[in-house]
Amino acid sequence: MDKFKTRKFDTKVQHLKYKVLREVARHAWDDTLYDRILDIPAMISPGKTPTMRCCVYKERAILTERVKLAMGGDRENPNVIEVIDIACDECPAAGYEVTDSCRGCLAHRCEDVCKRGAITFDQNHVAHIDKSKCVECGQCAKVCPFSAIANRKRPCQNACKVKAISINTNNAASIDNSKCISCGACVYQCPWGAIADKSFILDVVSLLKNSDYGKNYKVYAVVAPSISSQFTYAKLGQVITGLKELGFHTVVEAALGADIVALDESKELIEKGFLTSSCCPAFVMYIQKNFPDLVPFISHNPSPMTAISKYIKKNEPDAKIVFIGPCTAKKMEFQLDSVKPYVDSVITFEELQALFDSKGVDITELDEGVLDNASYYGRIFARCGGLSDAVSQAIKEQGIENFLLKAFSCDGIEECRTALLKKSKNVLDVNFIEGMACVGGCIGGAGCLTHGEKNKAEVDKYGREALEKTIKDAVSVLNI
Amino acid sequence: MKVTICIGSSCHLKGSRQVVETLQRLVAENKLEDKVELAGTFCIGNCQQGVCVTVDGEFFSVSPETATEFFNTQILAKA
Repeated sequence: MDKFKTRKFDTKVQHLKYKVLREVARHAWDDTLYDRILDIPAMISPGKTPTMRCCVYKERAILTERVKLAMGGDRENPNVIEVIDIACDECPAAGYEVTDSCRGCLAHRCEDVCKRGAITFDQNHVAHIDKSKCVECGQCAKVCPFSAIANRKRPCQNACKVKAISINTNNAASIDNSKCISCGACVYQCPWGAIADKSFILDVVSLLKNSDYGKNYKVYAVVAPSISSQFTYAKLGQVITGLKELGFHTVVEAALGADIVALDESKELIEKGFLTSSCCPAFVMYIQKNFPDLVPFISHNPSPMTAISKYIKKNEPDAKIVFIGPCTAKKMEFQLDSVKPYVDSVITFEELQALFDSKGVDITELDEGVLDNASYYGRIFARCGGLSDAVSQAIKEQGIENFLLKAFSCDGIEECRTALLKKSKNVLDVNFIEGMACVGGCIGGAGCLTHGEKNKAEVDKYGREALEKTIKDAVSVLNI
Repeated sequence: MKVTICIGSSCHLKGSRQVVETLQRLVAENKLEDKVELAGTFCIGNCQQGVCVTVDGEFFSVSPETATEFFNTQILAKA
């Protein structure tokens, strides 16, 4: 039995992606990748009987593309999110359609509710939608007592709230890089795994190998606080020990960077009077691409990942830093000129799982290490609302009484859009907009192993376990 | 003189913040800011013996309780 089947992923697509990453990383550790690279697809899809597609040859062709993505993907494409054309199943995308559940009833509520007169009936009284008139409002689907009207929309397009996905001439999904914010929503939602994030796992393997367990330079793992809701089959402390087994010198909480940010951002907010948060790179990119007038109000503070990495490199310039989190957009952020000097690579929790298994590190068998740098407030950045709570606390801790924080936490990019739209028209009475591109915050990130309802509670619990109860105490050790 | 205090998780749980605060206070009280450079680091690799402190590379195991004595013998006496 494949022992990796016991690992927890939400979907089989994630599991498949993981298997490719694991094999690519395994060969990279062994220095056999270039000898064995062509064998990986057949190793994952062996025999003659297809299990996923029409034939094993198509399966292997797609797996070849997945290997390519695991090795960094298309270097010509600046986006970290890519479509695997041949994996796209060309899902129906016709919009609202009457299905054969239509019973040809008498009431014709669909006809009555349609303001465009797009509904007609055939001789059997069965409804039809005239696509030349339909505006896809969905009212007919809502009123049909038989739920006979379905919205045929591609899951990727449904997931992409910034409308960056269209259908190309080959009927495959296509990403408009000028609109895409690399949030990865489509990656997680595509039922065929036809959209994926590029992986920098090979860079991380080579960073770790060349460091030789810290002999040549030290590699630091900076982990996002959402890790507390991941790797649920083991203890967090075991994940920390596992990272050291992989060759990381030590593990530092990105949440300590969040403490730094909360303190600095509260000062900036008071100075400027209105701010939008800068922690979520997808939200920042969204403002840059869609609300140029609001760009001056994006906080100038670095993200927590960058803030803590800056501190580490200030003290140890030859240190290497790998951020490990739930986020595909961070893979864009670390390539920015302002971040590049501080963060050497970014991988997701999905990729960390593959990295563990590629080296045969079974974290359930390890002793528990410790992870405790940040305060409660830095840790709750991982869920929607946490950043606003932290900024409010930072204002309180600084004893500022003549400033009233009016924060608005946007849960997901759609709420971000609404808030930014209102703010740009001056009809939103708030002075701080916390933007989280993923619903739920970072715990809803595309690179999470699991997306459960309990994840928010897990993050809050992890927050309460922090030794330091205030932001100032957590940050004080950095001001040496 | 460079004094590096570990602020990594393990040492943090053993009280590195208190050690940092004590050393900072004593350096200031004794006006040694020009002679003693305090720095933080994440993990020196001797987690069992934390709080880990190095003085110009030499390793010491310090706790919040022994921080003042450590300052007197290893920093004040030598600075």
